Order: sequence, then structure tokens, then C-alpha cells
Amino acid sequence: MKALKQKNEFLYFALRNRKLQIGLGVILFFVLLAAFGPLLTDYEPFDYVNPTGPVPPSSKFWLGTTFFGQDVFTQVVMGLRATFLIAILGGGIATLVGMLLGFLAGYRGGILDEIINVLTNIVLVIPTMAVLLIIAAYLQVRSLAMESILIGLTAWPWAARAIRAQTFSLRTRDFVDMARMSGESAFKIIFSEIAPNMMSYLVMTFILQFGGAILNAATLDFIGLGPTNAISLGLIMQYSMMWGALQFGMWWWFVPPGLAITLIVGALYSMNVGLDEVFNPKLREM
Amino acid sequence: MLKFEHVSKIYKTGTFGGKELHAVNDVSFEIPDGEVVSLIGESGSGKSTIGKMILRLIGITRGTIELDGVNVGALKGSELKEYYRKVQGVFQDPFSSYNPIFKADRIFQVIHDEFYPQVSAAAWTEKVETALKDGGLNPEHVLHKYPHQLSGGQLQRFLIARALLLDIKFLVADEIISMLDASTRIDVLNLLADLKTRGLSILFITHDLSLANYISEQAVILYRGCVAERGITEKIFNRPLHPYTRMLIASVPRLDRKWDTEISVETKATPLGALNGCVYAGRCPLAFEKCKQRPPEVEVEPGHFVACWKVEEI
Amino acid sequence: MLQVENLTVYYQTLKGQVRALENASFTLADGEIMGLAGESGCGKTTLGHSLIHLSPPMTHIGGRVLLNGQELPLTDMQKMDAYRFNEISIIPQYAMNALNPIRKIGPMTEELLRAKKADVRTVMAALKDRLEMVKLPQEVLNLYPIELSGGMKQRMVMVLSTLLDPELLIADEITSALDVASQKAVAEMLVEFRNQHCCNSVIFITHDISILYQIADSILIMYAGQLAEKGSTETIIRNPRHPYTRMLISALPEIGVRYSEKRLTGIPGKTPLLLHPPQGCRFRERCPLAFEKCAEVPPFVEIEPGHSVACWKEGSADA
Repeated sequence: MKALKQKNEFLYFALRNRKLQIGLGVILFFVLLAAFGPLLTDYEPFDYVNPTGPVPPSSKFWLGTTFFGQDVFTQVVMGLRATFLIAILGGGIATLVGMLLGFLAGYRGGILDEIINVLTNIVLVIPTMAVLLIIAAYLQVRSLAMESILIGLTAWPWAARAIRAQTFSLRTRDFVDMARMSGESAFKIIFSEIAPNMMSYLVMTFILQFGGAILNAATLDFIGLGPTNAISLGLIMQYSMMWGALQFGMWWWFVPPGLAITLIVGALYSMNVGLDEVFNPKLREM
Repeated sequence: MLKFEHVSKIYKTGTFGGKELHAVNDVSFEIPDGEVVSLIGESGSGKSTIGKMILRLIGITRGTIELDGVNVGALKGSELKEYYRKVQGVFQDPFSSYNPIFKADRIFQVIHDEFYPQVSAAAWTEKVETALKDGGLNPEHVLHKYPHQLSGGQLQRFLIARALLLDIKFLVADEIISMLDASTRIDVLNLLADLKTRGLSILFITHDLSLANYISEQAVILYRGCVAERGITEKIFNRPLHPYTRMLIASVPRLDRKWDTEISVETKATPLGALNGCVYAGRCPLAFEKCKQRPPEVEVEPGHFVACWKVEEI
Repeated sequence: MLQVENLTVYYQTLKGQVRALENASFTLADGEIMGLAGESGCGKTTLGHSLIHLSPPMTHIGGRVLLNGQELPLTDMQKMDAYRFNEISIIPQYAMNALNPIRKIGPMTEELLRAKKADVRTVMAALKDRLEMVKLPQEVLNLYPIELSGGMKQRMVMVLSTLLDPELLIADEITSALDVASQKAVAEMLVEFRNQHCCNSVIFITHDISILYQIADSILIMYAGQLAEKGSTETIIRNPRHPYTRMLISALPEIGVRYSEKRLTGIPGKTPLLLHPPQGCRFRERCPLAFEKCAEVPPFVEIEPGHSVACWKEGSADA
């Protein structure tokens, strides 16, 4: 009802929300690290730079080296890039598919809604991890892009559901009827009348999908079904486990990537809760 | 002329769609060119459903609605768009009729883009300003504002101006002043009445009998989806014949007289299924055996129709 | 008896304070049905709500309220809880649509009573008589709200909100969404409730003065957050003194008037925004009688017993 005021209010509360500030700060830190981290290192992620094998963090190797003498810091910053790529691609695909199906089902209703609903339910009840495992195991050469697509195509159902419900309630508003009486096409009504009204919702959906994709990718990587030709945070952890980092006390090998994943996902959820407070006046702390 | 012929709107309810809910039940009436026809009923009587069917916002289950001989229900694609050039609607809640995140005057831009893309921006601005003035607004005061910055009355006038841009023949006005303040409702009502001089026909949907009497040539009294009484407004108000109409008119709160008549209230829950008999029978003081069948519409005097078995006795 | 003294309530917003209610003072006698009328945004709903649930963004700026001589702890939500529903009850606008449509009415009622720590068994027995009073069958307790018509739901809400015989009932626009027949039924049943002592006094908030004429003992007219005029129903309708009251009454379409014969006129101008209300009398800009003195706030004074007006022209010849 109050667009202009809403915008100002949004900024007002967004800039003062602790959870949002913290979340955003952490994410920004890791994005900067992923972007500029490689400039700070002279090594390549898979180069055997330390012939003596594993060493703890030092001034030469900031996060130490692996069992084979590879630089962990280099691997982590490159792994961050891969992680963010998967998050954007996988989370993006899941959000897009969820939006498309959610909008269609919610706006059109009727038989189309039922079909999409059945499809959503099917994908929802299939154990996602199992499918990912089977597909990932079947593919010999696995790329980051492939992993992202797999994750994206299995994560959309709850987004589709939530967006459908929102669309459904918005479409009964009179302004949608007004748009129909102005001869606007269904496509135009969905994207220029309904979608802008749920921007906050879509942003939050994307953030959650973004975080979900990171976790899913980490899980796949960790059990050895990650990309075969790249490095990622999950892969670093898998290698560290495979080569007995835990037993030999090489904590610097698995703590940094694990901590990075935990912090990133935690920050995303914190952002999400913060945004929810900002968007939803009832949760605002005055 | 807009013509309703045995129009019904039936919703399937229940787990397997086994129950039928007749929102509108076999309704027939006509709206001649250049006339205002009031559709009077309480909430849930199906009056808004009728408006939405005319505007093709919901489907017609049975029967036909014709505008100048063209079957409205069969229009598709570009034909439907052309139909909207001639037929438009204004609804009850002015704030809900606007997309809250855009400026209110965006509705005019949409009309331009969809219907008059060939008109230049400058010429269009001029057209919009004329339409706003015809709607009783000062363009300088109301353009470039968000819906919440305008009053309910201004927003309703905006919607009327939007309809005028399209050179419409027919307007559905669904409770358009019921959410407005006492001080502005009369002005919007007068504006609506003035539109008649442009040769416009209006379906004025309301629950307020005095407003209907004020503005319309003809009235249709609706009760739970069925027409109870219809015809020339003066005849209905001077000589109400259906027991429901009589009770409504007796219940209108007036400043010159206190309520004196007893009224009957609903004492039973609404059955959701279809009814064969008279829908008012459960509440009617005159109900008798025959009311288990649906009463036919009888023309008791020229231009005055009543659907009641007891009409002879009244 | 309810005494409201200089009650001032503002809304806290980011842009500043919205002065929704200023210096409201009036009394409500035992058994009195007072109509509270005015345009939307005049503060009538704010007044009604501040008597029972004065919570943020509403802020109590000043004044006090006494119920039977006892001051209400307006700003203490916990202490007010003891009064709510027991002593003061409200039927909020749209309450009938707020009933959970898929919860049976009987169990819902019991739950409500238990939450309020009332003696469920005695009250449920009394409930039967109350249902009879509003001409609802006992079976409604086994029905879902969705199965009732608007008028029936509103009658049910009336029964629910007065189950504990409150001293004060605040009815906010309870007739607005109904057709005239149901309006009449609901309004008359409210009078019956008062007569049968199901509630003591009533504040009936509405924008429809013609209903107030039918049932109210007195009428209070508000304009832009301030009291404009209060008097007995006959006085306000037949002998209004405030120019706003007069315009409000003349803007009502009389039944029988037709557009083609007599064109009605509305009130020119619009209500001021209460974020930065004009100095002095807030009706000044729309008032045909305004003069220099109206730059000061007119006091709400009693001009004859039981009839108070806030207007500088009151008492002068051209009023």
C-alpha cells in the first residue's frame, strides 16, 4: 500500500538490522577473498609446492600444506570460487525453475496447477541425495557446471510451492483483474504486476537456495562425487579425510574449508532471518 | 444492450466436487443502452459474481450474456481485448485496485501501451488530462503520486477516468462508493450519473437501496443467486411486491422515522447444495407448500417482474 | 459508568507522530448506547481501541479513563488483561471474518472461555439463552463459521464478546458489511442485549448516522482526531450545532431522492492529514463559517445540559 514509504522504511530497517549486517559482512569477506585471494598466492592449487609434505601454517604457507605438500590457502581461495559458482548456478536454477512453475501454477490454477502440484510432490518425496548420488556416480567426467545443474534441478520444489502460494493470494487482488481488463497478457501480468510485489520473497528464496546449493555441493564433494577436474571446499575436506588428516592431527587441512562453509551458510541464514524482520513489520524490533 | 439469458454460475465443492454451489442461479435481465441498472443484494447474493461474469473475469457456467447480439462468453484473444475497449469495471476497494508498488497513473500508461500504442506520448498526456478533468480531478494535484498518497475518492475517479480513455459503452460499478467517506461518496455517485449523458450504460452493484433509487432507471433485487424482483426502479420502490424487497425497504435506516416493522432473520445455516424451491422460503413469513418449487417470474405490471407464488395475494 | 478525561493518543511512525486522538473527554452513563461517528481517519477507531488495547504503534500521551470510578491501567498490557473481555469487550471491525472458518463454533467458544479463566460450565449454560436471544439455533455450536451467513456470523460474534456480561462493549462498524435487513437485526439485538444487562454501556462506532438514529441514546461526532459535538440522539439529528455535524447529516442520501429530480451535494474539501494537522480548529479549511478566531483550538464546551460542541461560532448569532 505504501510503495515510497516502504522503500524508505526498508532501507531504514535494513541498515539497522544486526543479523543482516553480520550476515552481509561475512559473505562480503568471503566474496572478496574468493575474488582477490588468488592474487595473494604464488602457487597453483594442485602444485606440490612443499617437498617435505604436510606442514602447519607458517608465514610461507598461511594455512599450511597438505599431505602432498600442496598449499591449503591456495586451495581454499580457489575452492571458494567454485563454491560460489555452484551456489549461484545451482541456487539460481532452483529459484528460476521454482519461480516459473510456482507462477504458472498459482496464476493459472485449475488443471495446470494440479499437474505441477503432482510433479512438485514427486520431486519433493524422492530422496534427493540418493538421486544425486546415482546420477553423479553414473557420470565419468563431472564438471562444476554439471554439479550445479544437478543440484538446481532437484532443489526447486519447495521454492515452487512457496511462490505458488504467494502468487495465488496476489492474483485475487483487484489490481490483477484491472490488468486483465487492460488486455495485458498472462506473461506480462505475472512479471510486471505480480512478481514485483513479491520481490522480497524472491530474494529470500534465492538466498536460501544459494545456501542450500553450497551444502548439497559440499556433501556430494565430501563423499567423493564432486567435480573431477576442479577444486572446491568440499573436495578439500574429502581429500583431507581420505589421507588421514584427522588421524595425523593435520587440523589446518580440514578446519579452514569446513569453517568457511559453516560461516557462509550460517551468514546466509542470518541474512535471511534479518531480511525477514526487515520485510515483515510484525517482526521488527522497534 | 447487454442481455442476460438464464445465466448460472455453479461452483463444485466437497471432496470430489460432488456438491454444487449456485452462486448465480438462472438469472435473466436486460440493460438497455444509456441506462443505469442497479443490482441490489446482500454480500453473498451473487451480485459481484454477475459483475465479474460480464467482465469475463470468471467463466459463465450456464446460459449466455450478450452485448449487442455478441456472445460475451465465447470471446477469445484479440476479440476479448476489443471487448475490453467497450466494457470496463470499477471495484469496491480503491486501494486494492492499484498495484501498490507503482504510481497510480501507471494504469493510464498500461491503457496506452495495450490499446493505443500509435498515439504519441504528448497527445496521450493531453488525453489523460482531459479524462481526469472529466472525472472531476485536477491533473496537477493527482498525477505522479502513489496510491497511498491519494484518497479513496480520488482513486475511484482515476479508475473512472481510465475507463473513459477507452471510450467505453458499458461500465460495471461494483460497490464503488461503499468504502468512501460520507463526504465524497455523493460526488462520485453524481459523477457516475453524469456519465449517462455520454450514452454509457452502467450496472450499479450495491447493497444500499437508497443509492440504487437515487441513481438508476431499473433495479434487480437479488437474493442468494436468484432474482426476487426486477423492473423499473420507481415501480419497485413505490410498490415492492416480493416479501424480501418489502423487508429490505422497511429496514433501511432513515433519519425521519424509526424502525417499526418486524423483520425475519435467518435462523438456519445456509445449505451449500443447489435448491429447487424458492431460495427465500426459509425466511419468508408467507411461505407455504408450493414454495418447494421455484416460483416463475411474473410481469405484474408493465416493466415490473416478481418471482413469488404469493404475488397475487400481495 | 465510563469517564474519559483528556485522553490523547498518538501513533508513532517513522515520519513522526500522527495525532489520531486529542483531548477526548466525555462520560458514558450506565446503560447508555453511545454512537461514535465520523469519517474514516477521524479517530473513532483509535478511541475505541485505546480503551481496551493501547499497544504500539499507539502511544498514550496523556489523560485517563475511569470505569466505575476506578482508573484503567491503559498502558499496562498485563494489568489490562484482567479487564479485557471481562469488564471491557470489543467487537473489532471485520471480526466476523476473523472467526477461524474451519473450527467448530462450540469448541472454539470453550477454548476462549478457558483461556480467559472463566467458569466454562456456567457460561456455556448461559450461552444457550444468549443464542435464543439472537435467534440462532443451538446447532450453530456444531457448525463451522463458513456455514453461516454474514448476519448470522455477526450475531454469533456479539454473543461471544458479551458472554461475561462486560461493563462496556465497544462495537466497531459491526453493521457495515451487512445488508439493511441484517443491519437492522444486529442493531436491534444489540439494544436487546443492553436491555437484558448482557452488557452495561455500549460504544457503537459507525460511519452511518442513520443507524445511530435508530438505536443510540447519544451521539458523539469526531473530526480529525478531535471531538466535534456530543448530545442526545434527538439533539444531534434535529438540532446539530457544529457545522461539520450539519454537513455530515445533509450529505446522507434521503430515501426517495432521485438523481434526475434532486441532485445531492457532498462536503467539499478533504480531511487534514494528522501527521501535521493545521493549527486551531481542524475543520477550519472546510468550514463555511470559519473566521479569525478559528486559528485557536475551540474548547469542547457544554452549551446546554448534555450537549457539548467545539466551535467558536457557537453562541453567536450566525451559528
